[in-house]
This record gives sequence, structure tokens and C-alpha cells, in this order.
Amino acid sequence: MVFYRGHLLICGGTGCVSSGCKDIIIAFQEELRKKKLDEEIKIVETGCHGLCEMGPLVILHPESVFYCRVEVKDVQEIVDEHLMKGRPVSRLFFTEPLSLDKVPKYQEIGFYRKQQRIALRNCGFIDPENFNEYLACDGYAALEKMLSEMTPEEVTNVVKAAGLRGRGGGGFSTGTKWELCAKATSIKKYIICNADEGDPGAFMDRSLLEGDPHNVLEGMMIAAYAIGADEGYLYIRAEYPLAIKRTQTAISRAEELGLLGKNILGSNFSFTLKIKEGAGAFVCGEETALIASIEGRRGMPRSRPPFPVVKGLFGKPTVINNVETFANVPQIILHGADKFAAVGTERSKGTKVFALTGKLRNTGLVEVPMGITMREIIYDIGGGTFEGKKFKAVQIGGPSGGCLPEDRLDLPIDYDSLVQAGAMMGSGGLVVLDDESCIVDVARYFLSFTRSESCGKCTPCREGTMRLLEILERICAGQGVPEDIAKVEKLAYIIKASALCGLGQTAPNPILSTLRYFRHEYEAHIHDKKCPAGVCQALFDYRIDDRICNGCTICAKICPVGAISGERKQAHQLDIVKCIKCGICLERCPKNAIFKE
Amino acid sequence: MALEQVKQEKCTEFISDDMDHKLEALLLKNEKSPEILIFVLQQAQNIYGYLPEAVLLRISEALDVSKAKVYGVVTFYSQFHLKPRGRNIIRACQGTACHVRGVSRIIGKIKEEIGVNVGETTEDLRFTFEAVACIGACGLAPVIMINSDTHGRLTADKVPAILSLYE
Ligand SMILES: Cc1cc2nc3c(=O)[nH]c(=O)nc-3n(C[C@H](O)[C@H](O)[C@H](O)COP(=O)(O)O)c2cc1C
Ligand code: SF4
Ligand code: SF4
Ligand code: FES
Ligand code: FES
Repeated sequence: MVFYRGHLLICGGTGCVSSGCKDIIIAFQEELRKKKLDEEIKIVETGCHGLCEMGPLVILHPESVFYCRVEVKDVQEIVDEHLMKGRPVSRLFFTEPLSLDKVPKYQEIGFYRKQQRIALRNCGFIDPENFNEYLACDGYAALEKMLSEMTPEEVTNVVKAAGLRGRGGGGFSTGTKWELCAKATSIKKYIICNADEGDPGAFMDRSLLEGDPHNVLEGMMIAAYAIGADEGYLYIRAEYPLAIKRTQTAISRAEELGLLGKNILGSNFSFTLKIKEGAGAFVCGEETALIASIEGRRGMPRSRPPFPVVKGLFGKPTVINNVETFANVPQIILHGADKFAAVGTERSKGTKVFALTGKLRNTGLVEVPMGITMREIIYDIGGGTFEGKKFKAVQIGGPSGGCLPEDRLDLPIDYDSLVQAGAMMGSGGLVVLDDESCIVDVARYFLSFTRSESCGKCTPCREGTMRLLEILERICAGQGVPEDIAKVEKLAYIIKASALCGLGQTAPNPILSTLRYFRHEYEAHIHDKKCPAGVCQALFDYRIDDRICNGCTICAKICPVGAISGERKQAHQLDIVKCIKCGICLERCPKNAIFKE
Repeated sequence: MALEQVKQEKCTEFISDDMDHKLEALLLKNEKSPEILIFVLQQAQNIYGYLPEAVLLRISEALDVSKAKVYGVVTFYSQFHLKPRGRNIIRACQGTACHVRGVSRIIGKIKEEIGVNVGETTEDLRFTFEAVACIGACGLAPVIMINSDTHGRLTADKVPAILSLYE
């Protein structure tokens, strides 16, 4: 066996692929070969490290030196300087957004320091397509332990005692769900992994499957053993081709090794797994709709009860869990309930993965203990908003969640505290909004999403979201009337109370939470016909500040409709009647003389 | 009777080239069951690039699923297309992260460049332009996908150069 003195971990997650990591890998391979280092240094293509914004990322182990935004032209320097001479290339280190310090090591970067990785523990550190690497990180140790020393009831009890709650949104106790299904009498039962990940702004399930697929499979096997299922499905969004490919590779490998199939590891437990590709419908993330979709029908929810644990796929008892839920399971079995339950709050145990995006410096995927405050996530991990921009709100939970303002940032986050504050954990999308984001526009955005994804089965959701959207569009267009707010509120509560499935029941949340904390912004739109953030096009005009303009003529040249005129070196004028509000002049003005009013 | 004939004609006219052989092979491989309808439609769309009416009729017949049901499923899921599609598929992300980071400006630029709206295909079949909800690369917002390539950290002025990579 070749012994390598170092490993170059190159991120091959979706973010880094789009930033060009494939070329970096080839360049490193060539460079190492040229310098005859290919027997000493091993290149490993890993899954996402979470800091996609800084990609392509290259990490050198064992020193854990962390290089960001690596380009092909940097490769030679890294090899010559760092790998040959032991002098790390500091120019490519991560720069802390606040202190501007250059940080060489992975663990010392603010973005990673406050994280605690259980579900994501292997993501970014192993080659997801290499089974042996998973094995070397305690892979399938939980399965082995379970098959040799635990009964199905014991497994369920451990998961229950650990306090694991579903990471797909609702936060239902996973152990209790398994117990209910285990009690259902039927020779045939199913396990389903929900990887439909429809929340526009969340991508943890994708990263988990791309970065460590065996971990999710192991979690599913444990669940299958606990409830007595012998068949399972992974329902993966078709928009995630890489996740599908890596999961398929993992399944085939597990089959070859006898970890899937008949009499696994010599026990009398048998289990097979299949992938079903989603076909592009958000509502299919809802469990009963997902089941309909696997059965080959239109993915429409049905009323519950009966719950899937009693009557699920093909009418048989079925447990559906989220990808991240399964990803936590092997560690619970391996290290016990107490260790898992030691992290988190009274009623929400363990960690949660959040997709941190929007108007802040470090965007990406983070796994943090429950009970952490939003302020820590946004400022300590996310590095805060961009220079000179003021934090306005954080949107959590996607189309079913809500917006929290500045004064709620110190709230310890868990399932229950978020619901009390008018938001929701949802899948864990966190979108930071600054003073250039319009709250009414964000509410309108989510409504247009839920409106177009409503399956149309029940009237409150189909018609109600349409009417709500119409009113919000009117407000954004400057045609709101004072009664609109009361009308919106009344309709929102009716939809919440009467829609059939979670999509409709939670669709009004983005409106209700913004009305709760940002009512004044709605009022500004309605009464003053102003959009304070300068987003709603009908409610502001572009203007030139003639004290700042130096007459460089750039804007006059690029304005597509010729709305700007003026003499060279003289302040320019903008004709607001001709202006089509494309915003190009504002982007290009070197003096920042153009503003919205 | 008349309807039967039309169907027959359509199907035979159809089973003539390579694509149709592939479809037949696909249908032969999979047993008759409604459960695999979505899978078969996905595969058929991979073969033809979209789902022509005759293909839907053939699938309905082979899987023994009613035409209404096939049509219902096809129109429910946004992945299925009843019209021919461009050689290159542009998918602009309209997820939350991309929305707040100004993807609408990018969409505007693409429209301007290729001359069609979201949901349409250019006449020369070079591009089909679609909007999707989150492609899971939010860290790089705003993001578009062309075929299977993801382009992130976009600004409107990068658009023409990117489009020119796809013929
Ligand atoms: C409209 C709608 C969309 C949903 N989308 C997802 C999803 O994308 N992923 C997911 O895991 N759960 C989703 N859920 C929740 C599922 O119905 C179900 O509760 C969950 O998969 C259970 O797994 P858990 O207990 O592990 O969270 C959605 C629910 C609704 C109402
Ligand atoms: S609430 Fe909406 S998505 Fe859910 S069943 Fe009713 S119409 Fe369909
Ligand atoms: S680009 Fe700015 S500085 Fe130049 S003419 Fe226009 S407003 Fe004045
Ligand atoms: S894809 Fe590379 S860090 Fe996320
Ligand atoms: S919101 Fe655009 S990639 Fe996620």
C-alpha cells in the first residue's frame, strides 16, 4: 500500500464545480506528476465544505491549510512553494471579513469555529465515491453494532431517547414515528427518504447526498431494521443530477458488499433500496403527495389520518424521513442517546444544518447546535452584512417560514422558539435581508412561489393564494388601498385554518410574520406610495445628484433609452419620464451620483 | 373505430426510426404497471427531448394507463414538456437567495440577448429559457444553469459571453 505524506482535498461539490474545480484537479494532477510528487501526495475530490462562496476550495491535510478561490494559475505556486518547500501560500488564505486577518487553518476560520458537525461530519473530508473512506470514518459501524447487539425495539428506544426530531420541517419526534410504524401489523413495510428539497434557498440535503451518501443509506438501513421494512426508496429531485449519481454509486457498492440485499452481514435482516427521481413539483415534498408520486400518479396530498405510518406507500405502513434526519441516525446508534442529547436545548436536541444565504459576507452551509442565537450565526459565522449595509431581517424556513427583525436576533433557535416568534424551522434556509431588500417584495415573492406550486386540490389554497398574491402585487405596484392590510390578514387566517396540506396552511406565514414586524413598510407602500428599500419599481425614480456628478458621460452613453443628457464635465440630467428603470446607470456610475428616490 | 384508426396510424407512422426503437425497447423492458409511468415518461423524454402526442398515446397503450391519466401526470410535473425544446436549456434560478441578490436583472439581460421570454424557445431552437426554484448553489447567487453547467456569481454584463459558449 502506498503511504501518502499529505492529502490535497479538493472540493467537488456543485458550488465549486461551477467555480471551476475540475480544471484545478487536472492541473494539480499534472503538476504533481511533473514534480514526481504523485506518490507522496494524494488528491481527493470531496463533497461540499459549506463555504461555497469562496470556492474552489483546496485543503491540504494533515496541516489543514485552507486555500480559497484557487485558480489554475495558482496551482504551480502551491505545489512549488507549499508542497516542495513547506511554505504555505498566504495570498490564498481566507480573509476574515471583519478583522481582515488572513487565516491559514480550517479550524481557525470564524465560519467553522462555532460549527459542530454531526450530520455533515464527513462532508468535505472524504471522497464520496470511495467506499473505503467512509468505512475508515466509522462507516457502517452503527449497522454492525445494531445487527449484532440490538433488537428493533432497542433501536427505536435509543432514537427516541436521543430526542431526534425530523429535520424536514415539522420537527416530529423520529423515534415516535418509528415506534408507531413498528407497531403497525403488516408483512410489508417501506422506508422513504425525502430528498425532494423544494425550499428555494436550502441545499443541505443535496450536500449530504453529494458529500457522504453512505451515511444517509446507513441511517435508512437502521430505520428499516427498527420498523421491520425490507424495501426503501430515495425520492431525489431531478434537478440534483450529481446527488443522484453519487447515491446510485453508493447503493451499487453497498449491494456488491452485501450491505444491501438478503441477510445483511449474516443476520436475518434484508433490505433493498431504489432511487426515484422527482419530476419537479414542490408539493411532492409533502409526504402523502410524495407517496402518490412514487406510485406514478399526480403528486397531490390527501387528508390525514390515516398517516403514512399506518397506510403509506402502496397502502402499506411507511416511514418517511428527511435526508438530514437519517444522516444523524448512525451517530446516535454508535455513540448512544446521551451523547446526542447533550447538545441542543430542552426540547430540540442535536444540531441543525442551515443554508445561510442572501446579503451577507460568508454564505454557505453551516451545522450548529440547536439553541445557538441567530446573531451568532449571522455575525460570528456569516461575517455580517456587506460593508455599509444595514441588517434588516432574516427569513427563515422558506415559503412556510417568516422574517425576524433585528430585535429577535438573540433568540436561541429551536423548533418551538421559532414558531413562537412567528417563523418556522422549515428545512433550514436562512436568507439575510439588508436595507436594500424590500419586505413586501419578499412576501410577494414567496406568495408567487406557493401560488404557482399549489397543487390545486383544495380551494382555500388554490384561490386564496391567488387572491393574496393579487393584493400584494397591487401594493407593490403602488395601487394599494388602506383596507388591503386588514383584508390580507383575514384571508391569511382563513387559508391557514382551512387548507388541506402544509403547503396551503403555511403559505400565509411569510405575510403574517412581515405584517407583525414590518407593518410600517406595508404602510409606506400603501399610504406614501414609497418603497423604502428602492425595490418596487413603480414606487421610486432614479435621480442624479448634481453635487456629486462630474459629468463623465458614462451613464448617458449606456442608458438604453437615452433618458440621460448633459454636457461633458457638467452635471447630467435624468428624464424620469423616459427612464425605464433598468438601473444600469446606477451600477456603472463611478461617482455613485445616481440614487433612487 | 375511427379513433382507433387514427391511433394506429399515428403509432405506425411513428415506429420508423431509431428513437422509436429505443422507446419500444424501453416499453418492453418495463412490465405493465402504472407505478412506472413517471419513470417511463422521463426516459421517453430523454429519448425525444420532449413528449410528442404520439409517444404519449403509445405509452398509454403499452402501460395500460388511460390517456387522461397520462396527460394529467405530464401536465402536473414541470419537468415534462409537450413542445420541442431548444438544444440548450437555460434555467434561471428564482430561488430566494437569487431573488434577493438580483437575479431579475440577469433574467432581463438573457431575454434581451436571446429575444424570448421565460418559458419560451427561440425559433432556431438554440435556446429554451426556463425559470426554476433553487438549484442548490445559493452560495453563488445569482445563479443560472445552462444544460448541466452551473454559472454563479453572475452580473448582467457576463451574460453575453456565457451565452456565446452554447451553440
Ligand atoms: C409543501 C410541503 C413541502 C415539503 N417539502 C419537504 C422537503 O422538501 N423535504 C422534506 O424532507 N420534507 C418536506 N416536507 C415535510 C414532509 O411532509 C415530511 O413531514 C417530512 O419529510 C418528514 O420527515 P422528518 O420527520 O424527518 O422531517 C414538506 C411538507 C410540505 C407540506
Ligand atoms: S393546501 Fe394547496 S397544495 Fe395542499 S392540497 Fe390544498 S391545494 Fe394542494
Ligand atoms: S455616470 Fe455618474 S458621474 Fe458620470 S455623468 Fe452619469 S451621473 Fe455623472
Ligand atoms: S461546493 Fe465547494 S464548498 Fe460548497
Ligand atoms: S436560490 Fe438560487 S441557487 Fe438557491
